[in-house]
Amino acid sequence: MNVPEFFQKRIDAENAEEAQFEHQVHVCIAAGCASSGSNDIAEILEKTCEERGEDHPCRIKRVGCMGLCSRGPLVAHHQNGKEPAMYHSVTPDLAKEIARKLDGNPPKKNRLDPQMPFFARQKRVVLENAGLIDPENINHYFARGGYQSLNYVLEELSPEETVREVVTSGLRGRGGGGYPTGLKWSTVAKAGQGGQKYVVCNADEGDPGAFMDRVVLESDPHRILEGMQIAGHAVGANKGYIYIRGEYPLAIKHLTTAIRQARRATMLGHSVCGTTFDFDIELRIGAGAFVCGEETALIASIEGNRGTPRPRPPYPAEYGLWGKPTLINNVETYANIPAIFREGGEWFANIGTETSKGTKVFALAGEIENGGIIEVPMGISIKEIVNDMGGGVRNGGTCKAVQTGGPSGGCIPAQHFDSPVDYESLKKLGSIMGSGGMIIIDQKSSMVEVARFFMEFCMSESCGKCIPCRAGTAQLHQLLDDLLEGRATTRTLPLLEELCEVVRRTSLCGLGQSAPNPVLSTLRFFREEYEALAPAPDGKATDKVTV
Amino acid sequence: MKKKKLATVWLDGCSGCHMSFLDIDERILAVVEKADLVYSPLVDVKVFPKHVDIALVEGAVGNVEDLERIRMVREHTDILVSLGDCAVTANVPGMRNLFKKQAVLDRAYRDNVARAAGIPDEVIPPILDRVRPVHEVVKVDVFVPGCPPSADTIFTVLSELLDGKMPDMENLTRFGA
Amino acid sequence: MLASGQIKTLKIDGRDVSAHENQTILEVARENGIKIPTLCFLEGLSVRGSCRLCLVAIKGSPRLEPACTTRCREGMEVETDNPELHQFRKRILELIFAERNHVCSVCVSNGHCELQALGAEFGLTHVEVAYQFPNMPLDLSHDRFVVDHNRCILCARCIRVCDEIEGAHTWDMMGRGKDARIISDMNEPWGESESCTSCGKCVQVCPTGALFEKGKSVAEMAKQRQFLPYLTIMRGGKR
Repeated sequence: MNVPEFFQKRIDAENAEEAQFEHQVHVCIAAGCASSGSNDIAEILEKTCEERGEDHPCRIKRVGCMGLCSRGPLVAHHQNGKEPAMYHSVTPDLAKEIARKLDGNPPKKNRLDPQMPFFARQKRVVLENAGLIDPENINHYFARGGYQSLNYVLEELSPEETVREVVTSGLRGRGGGGYPTGLKWSTVAKAGQGGQKYVVCNADEGDPGAFMDRVVLESDPHRILEGMQIAGHAVGANKGYIYIRGEYPLAIKHLTTAIRQARRATMLGHSVCGTTFDFDIELRIGAGAFVCGEETALIASIEGNRGTPRPRPPYPAEYGLWGKPTLINNVETYANIPAIFREGGEWFANIGTETSKGTKVFALAGEIENGGIIEVPMGISIKEIVNDMGGGVRNGGTCKAVQTGGPSGGCIPAQHFDSPVDYESLKKLGSIMGSGGMIIIDQKSSMVEVARFFMEFCMSESCGKCIPCRAGTAQLHQLLDDLLEGRATTRTLPLLEELCEVVRRTSLCGLGQSAPNPVLSTLRFFREEYEALAPAPDGKATDKVTV
Repeated sequence: MKKKKLATVWLDGCSGCHMSFLDIDERILAVVEKADLVYSPLVDVKVFPKHVDIALVEGAVGNVEDLERIRMVREHTDILVSLGDCAVTANVPGMRNLFKKQAVLDRAYRDNVARAAGIPDEVIPPILDRVRPVHEVVKVDVFVPGCPPSADTIFTVLSELLDGKMPDMENLTRFGA
Repeated sequence: MLASGQIKTLKIDGRDVSAHENQTILEVARENGIKIPTLCFLEGLSVRGSCRLCLVAIKGSPRLEPACTTRCREGMEVETDNPELHQFRKRILELIFAERNHVCSVCVSNGHCELQALGAEFGLTHVEVAYQFPNMPLDLSHDRFVVDHNRCILCARCIRVCDEIEGAHTWDMMGRGKDARIISDMNEPWGESESCTSCGKCVQVCPTGALFEKGKSVAEMAKQRQFLPYLTIMRGGKR
């Protein structure tokens, strides 16, 4: 596509700005590195560079996530055209050394090989700008081609054509369910005969061990605004809400800045990109309820009501926010949209597998050597992710299983690590893609304890509306506790299995229905661990009573 | 037909279930035709027999004595019947489970006692952390809820059991009946 | 469109029945004398779909659906009872009984309680899941009524009747999961509530002994619900 003049001017300005500096030192200030002190590192770098004088000007760029969060703070030194030099675990001393030796011999200490599998095997679409741009500077986003997809869609495509392109891409919802995004868009587009509609971004990422959405929002917030507006054009909405959890203050700050900057640049608000399209976006801050990631609960929460789910149908696509047709997609789903319209739906459909197109961002956590954020093409094997990119278990242990999909997901044992990562394969293994959390579990860990951890999470996050989830998860947690604390009876295991079925089949919303999954999947692959904790079934005395 | 051996046991309960059992009145004659009452608070037998066919258990398991007794009863009994809400649900004795054991003891033996306050350490068996329904401690074969179950219910259940059948409990009785 | 398009025909438990477009499975089942157990549902109030006792199986659907919120569709085949549903319902009742302190024998609503009656109907002779024995408070601050959280099943009938019929919205819910409980106003003592009109509708719709009239002793609290269908008629069916 031709770059319109407006955008070219912005790009030229930013490139001219950048050309003044021979060196660019990127410091990750996203939450992962910030927690290990990267803001101080950025200041030290700035100060030390100032001391160097003006001969070889250097710019310190506070950027988003570079990926290897477990070894922060991360710093990357970019010098015209050369391969960047990356440093991990940067201390104040190392920061000073890096800044002083920008021209000469860069320090060898704590260098990261950009060719290591963790980086080299990635395919970056959603994260194409993460770690490269200052998320609070809209010009950086423009310089990377930002908002041109929106402009193109508004200028060139009808809503129907916009939907068709998403259908062509084969994109599926990245929030967990994997519902075809194009189908969802077309449903909302057809709903409600021309009245008010809404576009909602679900940024209430709450799975333990999952931080993909946070990284996207912190590193490249404009991307979400652009994706949502393209969606708004496609479905006929002029108002969007981003429902973001209050535990993500930095993401909230970056989004707030991005919204302000985008409005000023006419990339949001009235007459977006100088067209007749109006679209505005508001933030709604969640107050810490996991269940508000469920779409009907999220809607209730935005409306100002108690965040509890309601039975579906009617689905939000017909009857959503304030009873109006509402499109709800996850952060990562929207983040794919600008790239799809820049490169074309066909391009996107060529990445990944037959049924799971494109890439997926995963958060590697738990007992893994290289913890952090990666983006890989769908269909890559679990082994490649865990062993090659993740570097296997920390401190040389062996991997027992990987937990995917958060509290709704399951544990995949090491013998199935050859399985490709796509929606269907993970489902076949009793887990789900989920939003993209991957927790690596080593041989020392008890799978029953893993199950108890997730059950405790589900129990304390149950909204309390329906009985099976409210009371059932508490009972399941107690049964798991009985097993682990030596109080199990001959009835514990059969009852555990039966109650899992009750909660799964009878709960009101997806969270309750999937709450037993961590138990069911560990029972499936690690049953012997449960049986070792339960007494042999002899049928007489059934309890150990404490006096 | 050989007469069955019937026992009744009284744990942590008010004896109301035993009273209701006596309320079967003259129908007791039909019972004793088929069974001998070999152990019960109603008869003067101190030792639980080696083998009992049917034991009706009233009351929850609230102290160490209850615990030992119910385990012993289970060991020597073929069909153990939880009779009444205390045995089935812990009921009123179980209402102390809302509080910590120590708080219960303090309230009973210290706070409300004018003279010689103090928690007894002999004669009275130590109480358990929490009161439990019988089936949380041993396997139970038949449950007869009710507070107390009516004489008709008890007679129906007993007659069925003495005839070697398992009673159908649907709509026969309920919690709190 | 022809008028017949708005009438659906479907099968419930093998019987052919017809329904208006907007009728739920529960409404049509009751019209035809087919019994589906319910607890949070109360005719005249909005539906909530939270007790899960009215779940039914629909041919071709992998999910069980609540009869109270699911609208009839043309050609639908509904099964309201089977061994699996029976067992699920029984377990759900068990979960309720174990969750708080439903000591029927000393309850004001003993003999007049919907939960107790359902237990008997389902032959629930004991509760296998562990009794939780939470220490729940009573609020005796109101002149005429009492709320006993030990017996509350969180069906939200009180919340709905107060909001939808009385228009006071005194009741609401706070906390989540097993810590959820009904509150009056902003979690203030009921007796100090400025919004409460003391109409007592909440007490009458409560299915258990959680809300009751002061002075009633064990087994004396029978609920009077005649007002609800009457008010519904007077309002022309509108809430």
